[in-house]
Amino acid sequence: MLHYANPQHFLSLARRLTPWLLGAALLLLAVGVYLALFVAPPDYQQGEASRIMYVHVPAAWMSMFVYGCMAAASVAAFVFKHPLGDVAAKAAAPAGAVFTALALVTGMLWGKPMWGAWWVWDARLTSVLILFFLYIAYIALWDAIEEPARAARMARILCLVGAVNIPIIHFSVDWWNTLHQGSTVFRMDGPKMPVSMLTPLLIMAIAYTVLFAGLLLVRMRTEILARRLRTLRLNLEGAPA
Amino acid sequence: MTFFAMGGYAIYVWPAYGISAIALIGLGVTSWRALRRNERLVELADNPDRRS
Repeated sequence: MLHYANPQHFLSLARRLTPWLLGAALLLLAVGVYLALFVAPPDYQQGEASRIMYVHVPAAWMSMFVYGCMAAASVAAFVFKHPLGDVAAKAAAPAGAVFTALALVTGMLWGKPMWGAWWVWDARLTSVLILFFLYIAYIALWDAIEEPARAARMARILCLVGAVNIPIIHFSVDWWNTLHQGSTVFRMDGPKMPVSMLTPLLIMAIAYTVLFAGLLLVRMRTEILARRLRTLRLNLEGAPA
Repeated sequence: MTFFAMGGYAIYVWPAYGISAIALIGLGVTSWRALRRNERLVELADNPDRRS
């Protein structure tokens, strides 16, 4: 593992892994969307509107998973001074923001026909909206602070403070009376969903996860190159004319 | 064409899939372009003679 803490070794590994991850993601997405639209049965209560689940739930899971990854990377950067910790967290944030936005928008498109409202200020929806703002604040913080080491430190703190929101999101449907339904997959007594719906849902979730992994590597490579460019420029400026 | 009607929920189901596709493709394309751009810039910086 330590071998890949070296950005140079990491770059060559990432370069080799990226096409496999992105290829696998596309394949899984194709299978997942096919199962979701053509094979999965309509829900006995919600009818065909339940097909929104296959794009809504994976996006919502990813919105939390990506934040968890960023928090873990921030801890690695803080505690172990891992050189790729900040790079990983910074590279992941825009992907997390996109997944969160998708969870919110597909949720609205599901809420309107089922609840009769695009939006309600209930605990689940509000805490996910806060998560979206956390992503935006995190991205803005990196852009706002000029000095890289200080920006990294502030970003880690923001990320870790914001991490308290993640369990709040997960348990919001139990702690408060919400319009949003409770967990049907991550339950102590196992998933409460027929296999015909659970299979496409899990394939879509794995597809989103693998896609995120591929994009994360692409974005981390971009960030490592950006850092190299910055040092090259600094060297050029410092060099005698 | 009952499939596209989605049991009357077409105006909710299709935008959900469409927006998901557009957002994820957009994220992929912008991420890939940024990588290519930085790769070119590093290449140029490492070989300043080839700048024309």
